[in-house]
Amino acid sequence: MSNGRFSGVSAQEEVDIIFFAIFMIDILQKIEAANLRGRGGACFPVVKKWQMVKDAVAEKKFVVCNVSEGEPGVHKDKYILDYHMEEVIDGIKIALWFLNASHAYFYVNQKYYNELHHRLRNIIKDAPITIFEKDHSAGYIAGEETSALNHIEGKKVEPRLRPPFPTTNGLWGFPTLINNLETFYDVALVAKGKYKEKRFFSLGGDCLNRGVYELPENMTVAEVLRVTKNFPDFDFFVQVGGDASGIVWNAAQLEAKATGSASITVYSAIKHQPIDLIRNWAKFFKKESCGQCTPCREGTSRLVEILDAREINWEMCGDILNNLSETSFCGLGTAASIAIKSYVKNVLMEKADNRIIIPNISNEFICDCFNEY
Amino acid sequence: MASIKIKINGSEVTCEEGTTILQAAKSIGVDIPALCQHDDFPPKANCRVCVVEILGRKCLQTSCSTKAEEGMDIITDSAKVQKARAMNLELIFAEHIEKCGLCIWRFQCKLLKFASKYKLKLTRFEDRKGKRKTYKFANAVEIDGTQCIDCRNCIEACSVLQNINYLEMSGKGTNQEIVPTSDKTKHCILCGQCALHCPVSSAQEQAHYGEVEKLIKDENVIVVAQFAPSVRVSIGEDFGLAPGTNVTGQMVASLRKLGFDYVFDVNFGADVTTMVEAAELIDRIKNKGVLPMATSCCPAWVNYVEFYRPDLIPNLTTSRSPHIHSGGIIKTYWAQAKGIDPKKIKVISIMPCTAKKYEASRKEMKVAGNLPVDLVLTTRELSFMIKKNYIDLAKMPIEKADDPISEYSGAAAIYGASGGVMESALRTAQYMLCQSSENNLCDARIDFKEVRGVEGLKEATVNLAGLDVKVAVVNGIGNIEKVLDKIDDYHYIEVMSCPGGCIGGGGQPIPTNWEIRKKRAEGLYGHDKNCTIRKAHENKGVIGTLDWLKEKGHKLEHGVLHTKNKQKFKY
Repeated sequence: MSNGRFSGVSAQEEVDIIFFAIFMIDILQKIEAANLRGRGGACFPVVKKWQMVKDAVAEKKFVVCNVSEGEPGVHKDKYILDYHMEEVIDGIKIALWFLNASHAYFYVNQKYYNELHHRLRNIIKDAPITIFEKDHSAGYIAGEETSALNHIEGKKVEPRLRPPFPTTNGLWGFPTLINNLETFYDVALVAKGKYKEKRFFSLGGDCLNRGVYELPENMTVAEVLRVTKNFPDFDFFVQVGGDASGIVWNAAQLEAKATGSASITVYSAIKHQPIDLIRNWAKFFKKESCGQCTPCREGTSRLVEILDAREINWEMCGDILNNLSETSFCGLGTAASIAIKSYVKNVLMEKADNRIIIPNISNEFICDCFNEY
Repeated sequence: MASIKIKINGSEVTCEEGTTILQAAKSIGVDIPALCQHDDFPPKANCRVCVVEILGRKCLQTSCSTKAEEGMDIITDSAKVQKARAMNLELIFAEHIEKCGLCIWRFQCKLLKFASKYKLKLTRFEDRKGKRKTYKFANAVEIDGTQCIDCRNCIEACSVLQNINYLEMSGKGTNQEIVPTSDKTKHCILCGQCALHCPVSSAQEQAHYGEVEKLIKDENVIVVAQFAPSVRVSIGEDFGLAPGTNVTGQMVASLRKLGFDYVFDVNFGADVTTMVEAAELIDRIKNKGVLPMATSCCPAWVNYVEFYRPDLIPNLTTSRSPHIHSGGIIKTYWAQAKGIDPKKIKVISIMPCTAKKYEASRKEMKVAGNLPVDLVLTTRELSFMIKKNYIDLAKMPIEKADDPISEYSGAAAIYGASGGVMESALRTAQYMLCQSSENNLCDARIDFKEVRGVEGLKEATVNLAGLDVKVAVVNGIGNIEKVLDKIDDYHYIEVMSCPGGCIGGGGQPIPTNWEIRKKRAEGLYGHDKNCTIRKAHENKGVIGTLDWLKEKGHKLEHGVLHTKNKQKFKY
């Protein structure tokens, strides 16, 4: 079947090729003009990462689309796959072409894989993109970019020492572009001139209209809550950027923009017992710690021990949290301290004297170690 | 390399680009504590103890992995650093069950040193690894899970360095544990490099000093110590001396003070080994025997062959190793001369090695029903015994080993360095060939420098009295495959499992790194140069002993000098 102007190419394929060529013109300038940021959570400028991989000199280059989406409370990647899968694959193809990369990996968690792999294969067709099914037992850490690379290479799933960074030493030592799925979606929109400075917000927790919303990226948390008709009429606080590693803000701090992976989870202040919340966060990170570094492996486990004790040693708790944020090997250890520290600081602490008041528990203490957030 | 300027604790430091902060600090005498860092490996940065503050950086940074950059302003001991460091150390301490009373590492333990230096509160956390297993490998090496701090140096030693890949990490988070691989095709060769690289003595030799102490106290036995060629240039390090310092005399005095009845020098045995091995090499070359002939004095290499390459067993020289030779001679020749019942003699070898513990216990080593060597102590175990008895080796008088097993050539001295066994054999083989040949092609060559040095694989063709002999020296079992790929190219190969040879052995003082290995080797080669005799066949004591064995008949001679090997599936 060859109805196009070139032999062996169908009319539809020809249109695709022409459009693709148009999309690719000045792609880096377009990304820069749009000021795209990585949507995985770290908000690294996309243009910089792409340029670094482009500049790296090597025989081979790889592209990885990170769809691990292991952060509790974040569901945007799934939403994008459900509604915009073609654009995502276009974004990956643009990266492959731009970098002259040999191969791409679509690194996707097991749940999404089971649901979507037929559709994915139909869209990928013969493009050099391998769907890599993330092992469920690989856990939360497998979403961290260098752990993902280790996973694809068949190594122990844990972060690598940086530098060198994946941009120069990624898969099998070759320069590798690893971006979150939403980033590739944004790139496709930018290439097609359709990017409208929007992003996907995951709304959840104690609110009525849970779900994923595509809204202007500059919206404050308060605006997002209002627009989605989720602004609570009860005493509450929110966690932004993931239910595990997100930062906790009180109701007076909502004029800020949603950070990280842009999830907003509403917590009813009455419903959630402080100690239970803190303990759950600590337990989550204890369970998910890869075990490589001391503060994360030992610290998170000791943290759970301290929080389970009849009398909580808040000072020691603070010291461990500090070591997590100051001395951890990777972002997971650092993240392990964010929720607890910010919750204590923004919700539990009385501003005047740094006194932590935990309702129903007589344990009071004065400490400045929670003041970071 | 361009040089750059940085500031450490306010003082300006000039260092080369690519230097880590830890190295730069060390160069100006600023001590940053580190546990998982080892010069043999790329940084892993997992213990997080060496953290420092870099002005302008958000978090503390590990100095072992962070390279110095122009203009960096670094503080190594601010209150913030000290607090964070102390907490990580306390967390590590709570992983390590203190067994200090019995631990041979206690006089040099980094953890104990840091604990007092940083005034750690050691009991803030409950010990969490009390129920962990101890994995024992034959009678030589063990990994005590109750003491492990998860630094992974043992895994690096077993994989990156030795390419044996026997140790693995199982589990995740606090459940992770160092375990022997479940892959039944892999085996531990007992090289002990895991022990040499463990910062907290979790991987360690199976200690036998207690049994030795009992024997010393037992008045019904004659306890004989004999020490390996390489121990004399390394043990001084445990007593504050520079690596490579030859402390033979002080060690002999220390051994006597510990209560050993006689102290012999395995260098004598090394000369015996050279004689046996050189004769066998010539025999194999001339009579078209199995070639290449491979050395067998490294017991970890022998284990490797028996497990992984039984097809190469015919290639191994049948010669026993030096301490088994001298042990056998002690229990036959010397026992008869002294009129002592060999059963009453207990021979204790002081070795740089963990695999020697297993080698000594092999049943096929028995001579007239007696094992030539009863127990093996590592260099570290001897250091511990000496310190435990309040003896300062460095201040001991210089004493001579007991006759007659004290005489040796320079060729024996260099047995401890990679290439040394081969060089010794070549010196003597050359002589033997000259003796038997009609032509006068032999030069009086002593040094075979082409087989010395730190390269992983050393190859040469040496001319011995007109005969071209192709040789290869494998320096560290991690390099073995390069030779196995083209094994038929050679006449003679030497394999030492530990990098550097015995001077880098699994039983040697900690730390051992390439700088130290080189200095220990220099110590041995310097000693060789100063020896009055340089060749094994010039050792009159050895010639006399070999003549005596010959007179005693083939059975005893063969029993003392030769051994046999067979395929092994487990220890």
